[in-house]
Amino acid sequence: MDILNALVAFLNYVFVPGLAYGSQLALGALGLTLVFGILRFSNFAHGDTMAFGTMWVILITWWFQSMGITAGPLPTALLALPFGIAITAAFVLATDRAVYKFYRDKKAASIILVIVSTGVMFITNGLTRIIIGPQEQNFADGARFVISAQGFKDATGLSEALVIKSTTAITVITAAICVAVLFWFLNKTRTGKSMRAFSDNEDLALLSGINPERVVMVTWIIASALAVIAGTLYGLDKSFRPFIYFQLLLPIAASAVVGGLGNPLGAIAGGFIIAFSEVFVTYAWKKVVGYLVVLDLEPTTLLQLLSTDYKFAVSFTILIIVLLFRPTGIFKGK
Amino acid sequence: MLFLLTGFMQSWNLSLSILNIGVLSAIMALGVNMQWGYAGLFSTGIMGSVALGGLAVVIVSGKPVPEGWAAGGPRLLFGLAFGVAVLLASIFIYRRMKPGRTRGWTITAILVLGFFAYRAIFDPAANAIEAFNPATAGNIGGFGLPSLLSWPVGALFAGVAAWAIGKTALGLRSDYLAIATLGIAEIVLAVMKNEDWLARGVKNIIDLPRPWPVPYEVNLQQDAGFLQTVQDWGMDPTQASTILVKLLYLLVFTLVLLAVVWMSERALHSPWGRMMRAIRDNEVAASAMGKDVTARHLQIFIIGSAVVGLAGAMLTSMEGQLTPGNYTPLRFTFLIWVMVIVGGSGNNWGAVLGGLLLGWLWLIVENAGPVAMGYITMPLPDGALKAHLIDAAPHLRLVTLGLVLLLVLRFSPKGLIPEK
Repeated sequence: MDILNALVAFLNYVFVPGLAYGSQLALGALGLTLVFGILRFSNFAHGDTMAFGTMWVILITWWFQSMGITAGPLPTALLALPFGIAITAAFVLATDRAVYKFYRDKKAASIILVIVSTGVMFITNGLTRIIIGPQEQNFADGARFVISAQGFKDATGLSEALVIKSTTAITVITAAICVAVLFWFLNKTRTGKSMRAFSDNEDLALLSGINPERVVMVTWIIASALAVIAGTLYGLDKSFRPFIYFQLLLPIAASAVVGGLGNPLGAIAGGFIIAFSEVFVTYAWKKVVGYLVVLDLEPTTLLQLLSTDYKFAVSFTILIIVLLFRPTGIFKGK
Repeated sequence: MLFLLTGFMQSWNLSLSILNIGVLSAIMALGVNMQWGYAGLFSTGIMGSVALGGLAVVIVSGKPVPEGWAAGGPRLLFGLAFGVAVLLASIFIYRRMKPGRTRGWTITAILVLGFFAYRAIFDPAANAIEAFNPATAGNIGGFGLPSLLSWPVGALFAGVAAWAIGKTALGLRSDYLAIATLGIAEIVLAVMKNEDWLARGVKNIIDLPRPWPVPYEVNLQQDAGFLQTVQDWGMDPTQASTILVKLLYLLVFTLVLLAVVWMSERALHSPWGRMMRAIRDNEVAASAMGKDVTARHLQIFIIGSAVVGLAGAMLTSMEGQLTPGNYTPLRFTFLIWVMVIVGGSGNNWGAVLGGLLLGWLWLIVENAGPVAMGYITMPLPDGALKAHLIDAAPHLRLVTLGLVLLLVLRFSPKGLIPEK
């Protein structure tokens, strides 16, 4: 029986990774849900927008590093982030001009827009692979740990260590700042209010003189900023591979649907629900349980509910359960 | 035409194998056309159906592994059956008990306990099976039945999966189906990659038997009659045998393709087909006329997926092996989509044309892309940039595919052969 060690192991292997992953999903789902709220379609290109933006951040990071510019203990990527956002936003606005605007003006069915967005997804994905290649890239630099394993053990005298990588800390802090700024923007500024009005009732918003093109433009900029931040944080925390980002679309879409499509608060909650369930179900609990039970009852198997290869199954199952019992999501989306 | 050209310019072997893939893609496109063209359903899980079709080939006609089966086959099946029973029990209780907290807890308890019991029954069996001779076997093996039989089974597998998905996601917002099918396709693939007892996972299953009437090249080359004929025609026996094999595949596949086209044309022009298109064009009006929109959607979703599963089974039995790593959403979901949209959604012949045309384009660009990139980058000085661009050439396919999709949707949304 060793509750303290069990708690630390739990925090280290389940809670902290879940928190970081949840923040990344929440940021991704926020972008998806905003586009859905304003433009009224599920943007399949979102995952690849993340990859595209992250790619620029990586390229600029390398450029900075070659010139000797670093952010000290923080990853250089944070310095490159604004540039990546600017490039991605320009790219996304260009695709909106060239592609989506036509269908918006025609008031095409949302499913047509979904298909169109898969076309955009192809092009973005292809561009990413052509420019940076399909292989894995590591671009994290700066200090590795906020709390290192040895430091924690020395300080507390426990046999189990709580390790907090600096990327994890940065992820959670950045996500919190982004969410705070976004909600301030949506609730307090004029543009944000007009966005919410537009999302709630398009006709009424148009009647009161809101310029739809401006709302759409702001939405795309915010969505691409969120996508690039989410992508960069994910890349810093884990690693960057274009294909993984395409696959992230599923948990992100699941988070947005679980929280209620079009509902920003729901997207955040959904992100954490999906992330924690994924980590909970795919973590091998042997260690934690081993500390909790009496020695001779120690489990022999890994106590892993599902192998990590099935993490998609988790987001998918949650998605299906929500669709079956509450199709509009937990927080009543559209 | 294009295929003839490839035949003359490169080799007949290449041309025929591309054509075979093209015919299979055309069948898949027909299935997707039913879902999208007839009923307006957007599914992103085509890859899942294709993979399930492939799995059917392994199960039906794969080599039996009696030792593997003996090691844990019955227990494994019992485990699976138990899992299904747990799910059914919870659905039964959900229907029977009054809504409320008691119901929620009962169902949760059944599911959680059921899950652990299922793992307790299932895991030892799976481990025992995988332990037997993992280098060459390690799976439960198939029934060793003729490969042709596996094709309808492939359709059945894909159909059952489509039923499960359609039951939950149809009748809701149309985007939900797209998201849910994307998920199920990834899960099907994850199962095939990781459940080694089933089809050896990423270790791949090889040596799947060929469907009747296609012979093996080696046997042909030893057949006196064949050698005589080839000599009379003045051809090289090795090449002639490979070409004959591909021609036979082509014959079988074309027969299936024609059968599917014929059936879908009949269906499209029947009252049922008119009802489907009426539902697609105006769901509200159709349901006001007393048509059960969700049930019809479910029906056509299952049929379309089954056709794709059939083609998936045919693909695996032609390749003679199951390689889960080869199934990518790009190749087996979105490419098929582009085929349907370019060919002409709602028109069966359009789907066939799109399948052949894009099947050709996709495979030819694979060969020609780097060469073309070499020409484009000719003026550039040799160096890292040039090498990088030539390496990146295969990814040009993605950009091209996306552009084709966007251009067709924008400027000719009806496709090459529009719906009548």
